[in-house]
Amino acid sequence: MVVTEKKFKDNDGHSLGGPRNKKTIMDYVLVLFFIGMVFITFAPMLNILARSLSDATALSLNEVGLLPVGFHLDAYRMIFRDSAYTQSLWFTTYLTATAVIVSMTLTISTAFPLTYDNLKGRKLFSIFMILTMYFSAGLIPFFLLLRDLNLLNTFLVLVIPNALSVFNIIVMRAFFFTIPISLKEAAEVEGANPFQILVKIYLPLSTPVLATLTLFYAVGRWNGFADALMFIDSAHSHLHPIQLLLWRLLQAQTNIEAAAMEGFAGTDWGGLTESLRAATIIIATVPILLLYPWLQRYFISGVTLGAVKE
Amino acid sequence: MSAMDSRFSADHQKHTLWARLFKRGRDKGPKGGGSVGGYLKRTWMLYLMLVLPAAFFIIFRYIPMTFMWAAFSDFTIFEPRLFDNAWVGLDNFRHAFTQHDFLPAVRNTLLLNFLDLILGFPMPIILAILLNELKFRKFKRFTQTVLYMPHFISWVVVSGMAVQLLATHFGLINLFLGTNIPFMTNGNHWVFSYVMMGIWKSAGWGTIIYLAAIAGINQELYEAAEVDGANRFQKIIHVTIPCIMPTMVILLILTMGSMMGIEFDRPWVLRNPAVADQADVLSTFIYRRGILNFQYSMTAAVGAFQSGINVILLVTANMIAKKAGERGIW
Repeated sequence: MVVTEKKFKDNDGHSLGGPRNKKTIMDYVLVLFFIGMVFITFAPMLNILARSLSDATALSLNEVGLLPVGFHLDAYRMIFRDSAYTQSLWFTTYLTATAVIVSMTLTISTAFPLTYDNLKGRKLFSIFMILTMYFSAGLIPFFLLLRDLNLLNTFLVLVIPNALSVFNIIVMRAFFFTIPISLKEAAEVEGANPFQILVKIYLPLSTPVLATLTLFYAVGRWNGFADALMFIDSAHSHLHPIQLLLWRLLQAQTNIEAAAMEGFAGTDWGGLTESLRAATIIIATVPILLLYPWLQRYFISGVTLGAVKE
Repeated sequence: MSAMDSRFSADHQKHTLWARLFKRGRDKGPKGGGSVGGYLKRTWMLYLMLVLPAAFFIIFRYIPMTFMWAAFSDFTIFEPRLFDNAWVGLDNFRHAFTQHDFLPAVRNTLLLNFLDLILGFPMPIILAILLNELKFRKFKRFTQTVLYMPHFISWVVVSGMAVQLLATHFGLINLFLGTNIPFMTNGNHWVFSYVMMGIWKSAGWGTIIYLAAIAGINQELYEAAEVDGANRFQKIIHVTIPCIMPTMVILLILTMGSMMGIEFDRPWVLRNPAVADQADVLSTFIYRRGILNFQYSMTAAVGAFQSGINVILLVTANMIAKKAGERGIW
């Protein structure tokens, strides 16, 4: 990790074009270009945030750009008063935490034994695992299996069937390989068993990759939508993650708007509903975005190592 | 006494046989001698750790492959036990190919993937090279943080944003441009919007792997180029790009190998009734006809077709890359 960061610094410092303080007009053109990129990336998010905080009249007059007009929190108040949203938010939080714990435990316990060069069957296991990256049975056989296992419409169907990602295992193993083998050997001489070596030596030295993969699994679960749509029916709405709820809301809105445009007026679809929709989008996104800055300082080195090694 | 002796010698023989089988373990093991017992004593915990992961891969990745039986048998909801259904050969494939919406789904899948490849694949490379040229360190870090962000936003949320921004009359972009472009409701425009949203969401994140590759370039190469009088642009062309070529090739092979596959979330949440003809791809076809309409056998056949084509494409792409002198993925 230290090595990687140093590399980045070197690269930042004087990778190209001689001494780093000498700046040409090109450097400022580049800055302008990236300011444009940052704007393109940020503007849609800012617009949604602004809409969620604006009042109905301003929204129906299309006055809201990047800043809220007539600031108020009504939409958020309404959402937090609605038990369906709060229930789904809690459920998604609980689901994400559970899924991350399960996935991380399994990923560690797959990656660690595979760092032992002299473990019999290690190669075989790797091939067995990596083949599944390139060939899959497809959705229908997977669905039929889950049905036969009675996993449909259960909590576990959102946790277990996609708990492991081969890519993440490879990243973690690559990181484990960077830990000096002499540490392992010294511990073995002291009589430590593999489990103790993992818990006392490897895991404490692996913060970057642990943070990175936690983030990956958490994002995957929080943003996951297809499995809930396919494997949980509408009778089990207590198992609906926030993304599924949001999608249903967006669908309903589209239909209402289509109806309104065709002349079935009467519904006030312009004002508060729009800020409600925007607020729902914000609420479905912010929790996972909050996680990102905390883990960001780790994930660059975490991802980078895995990428370079493989 | 003699009985005990013979038992010991039998044990001993078994020992040496196993020891021979596990020879490398005996030679390389740091302690525990050469016996099987010693090897297992040192490693049983490692095997124990692998039990659950192995069970995971067997149950959720390999057993579904046996359920591909659905694609080769006449599976209906009237006979719920899958393996009781008779083999019908390739009937389901024939049946699938004659569906009126099958070929359009194949065409749309290939078209969207092709455009993603042509327009989306170079973006992270360009951004990474330019980011590497940025000399203002804090600004660079800030830019990276912002550019990575869309990766953390779900497609459902992106589709919600798209409704607000790209709507014909009230969408912000149309208001800003003073136009009425049907970004989401005209087929061709929709395809364009689909690709652009993909770039918006993943181009920044895609730079990570290239930035890592660039960070690994030996600085002496740049210094040598400078000595030879290369300017900045020439250094990019003659040093940076050749050095990240292996990374590009590997990612290209993987992309080519999944041309027939397509994610589900993105086309499903971005579609709307007005663009049903352009937005229906194989993943959404399988979901609609299979899970929603219970046509398991026909859609399982489509899935098998898709997986088969992808394996062929992957192997071919890898072969071409190796012929061209690149490393390939295996």
